[in-house]
Amino acid sequence: MAARRNGVLPGFGLTLGFSILYLSLVVLVPLSALFFRSATLSLEEFSAAVFSARALAAYKLSFGASLAAALANAFFGLALAWVLTRYRFPGRDLIDAFVDLPFALPTAVAGITLTTLLAKNGWLGRILEPLGIEAAYTPLGVAIALTFIGLPFVVRSVQPVLEDLEAEAEEAAESLGAGRLQTFRRVLFPALWPALTTGTALAFARSLGEYGSVVFISGNMPLRTEIVPLLIVTKLEQYDYAGATAIATVMLVTSFVLLLAINALQAIGRRRLAGAGASE
Amino acid sequence: MTSAAFERDSRSVSPQSVRAALEDPRWLRVTLISVALGFVFLFLFLPLAAVFSEALAGGLSVYWHAISEPIARKAILLTVIVACVSVPLNAVFGVAAAWAIARFEFRGKNLLITLIDLPFAVSPVISGLIFVLLFGAQGVFGPWLQAHGIKIIFAVPGIVLATTFITFPFVARELIPLMQEQGSEEEEAAISLGASGWQMFRRVTLPNIRLGLLYGVVLLNARAMGEFGAVSVVSGHVRGLTNTIPLHVEILYNEYQTDAAFAVATLLAFLALVTLIAKRALEWHIRKETES
Repeated sequence: MAARRNGVLPGFGLTLGFSILYLSLVVLVPLSALFFRSATLSLEEFSAAVFSARALAAYKLSFGASLAAALANAFFGLALAWVLTRYRFPGRDLIDAFVDLPFALPTAVAGITLTTLLAKNGWLGRILEPLGIEAAYTPLGVAIALTFIGLPFVVRSVQPVLEDLEAEAEEAAESLGAGRLQTFRRVLFPALWPALTTGTALAFARSLGEYGSVVFISGNMPLRTEIVPLLIVTKLEQYDYAGATAIATVMLVTSFVLLLAINALQAIGRRRLAGAGASE
Repeated sequence: MTSAAFERDSRSVSPQSVRAALEDPRWLRVTLISVALGFVFLFLFLPLAAVFSEALAGGLSVYWHAISEPIARKAILLTVIVACVSVPLNAVFGVAAAWAIARFEFRGKNLLITLIDLPFAVSPVISGLIFVLLFGAQGVFGPWLQAHGIKIIFAVPGIVLATTFITFPFVARELIPLMQEQGSEEEEAAISLGASGWQMFRRVTLPNIRLGLLYGVVLLNARAMGEFGAVSVVSGHVRGLTNTIPLHVEILYNEYQTDAAFAVATLLAFLALVTLIAKRALEWHIRKETES
């Protein structure tokens, strides 16, 4: 079949050649510049930048806040996907469309808006202040901004699986006479977890690199509310190219490892769906 | 529609057990809907409402001045120019890559698909940094560029490059699964009836993928116009010269011109709303087309 397609349709050499050339020029060559620059650093230069107290504090904040935001999204995103696929209520379509707002709204706008909302005199800050909760210019604020940014990932990963599962859940329930909780635990959750984990991991990966929505709300205090991407920008602005490159390399490798893990998770999810289809 | 059908079916089989297994009890339904809607209200509706409320806080004349003064107009113009370069480039690439990947078998195809997705895994800040390392004053090509009087970093070409990198995968990742699903029968028929490659593309392929292509372009354009991190690293923030709309918003906000910052931000919020509506409409049309 492959050979037949190759034989009849035109344009293979042209489109593949152009794709690879364009990919190399726009993506691969620029990305490799980071690794080449990184390779010119001495080990002392590299570790001085990567293991400095300021960098360690930034990793801790970036990882911690991203993890907190991803877990919040796993919980609320699952609830939201469930409500959107299973229940019918007025305004459902509007809310479903709105879930993608964080993808569509530029991050700088999200950043200044969340900061204004959570500042002491803001709509939400005014309510939180008497409770002793400070959100703007604290790690909590960073986590809130990252929750906004990661919101669509879990919902959009879980939604199609929930839609596909309805018939199967029915069969299982009929044959087993199971209760609601049992159905969820035995039927829904095993089918759902690859998608749920994928969505959570995607939200986490996106949050790690996020910049625009966080810089306004974080207050950017070194050692306290400075995220890794901001530290890279600060180093660049001080013309510390070696430091910026070293920290960026650590981040990029982390992102690639996450990307591979997410690809593996998606493969598991696809196999589950295909397996379920075959057994019917 | 389908859920109503199966509910009717299942009730005729074994009413109690199925309802117990498939229908959430009322208290759970109410709780879940409240939690989900509360989350949407706090994280989506409230911020969007705040953008417009803050923008109009200083009155209409302040709003109008903020979005029509010369520096704001230059930022709008630059944003449009950048999108006008990045969007067509990545759209042409997306169509070419999807054609090669969806219509032919070759070694390394999965690797190519993974590489196309790479820019989505890279932090915006790093996407800017790599171009500084290549074309900046201390970069690989820095001395050569300086000797020839060409400016890329802290100038418009750098902004275009960073934006093109960031938005690279959008169209390709929309079109590859779409074209794989559609199959190649119609195109093969066109070729065997004597159409040239170009005729086949214009009369068969393009009409078949036009909605998916438009969908990818809508998302690509939204990101290209709204990108902040990558652009902020390469722009140098020269007012009236290298500021896009998001960078202009940042400067106004940092100068405590909050009303003006939010006024300009509403332009981007409108872009986001138009994008969401277009996305929704296209999804609806694509679903209808695949059903028929």
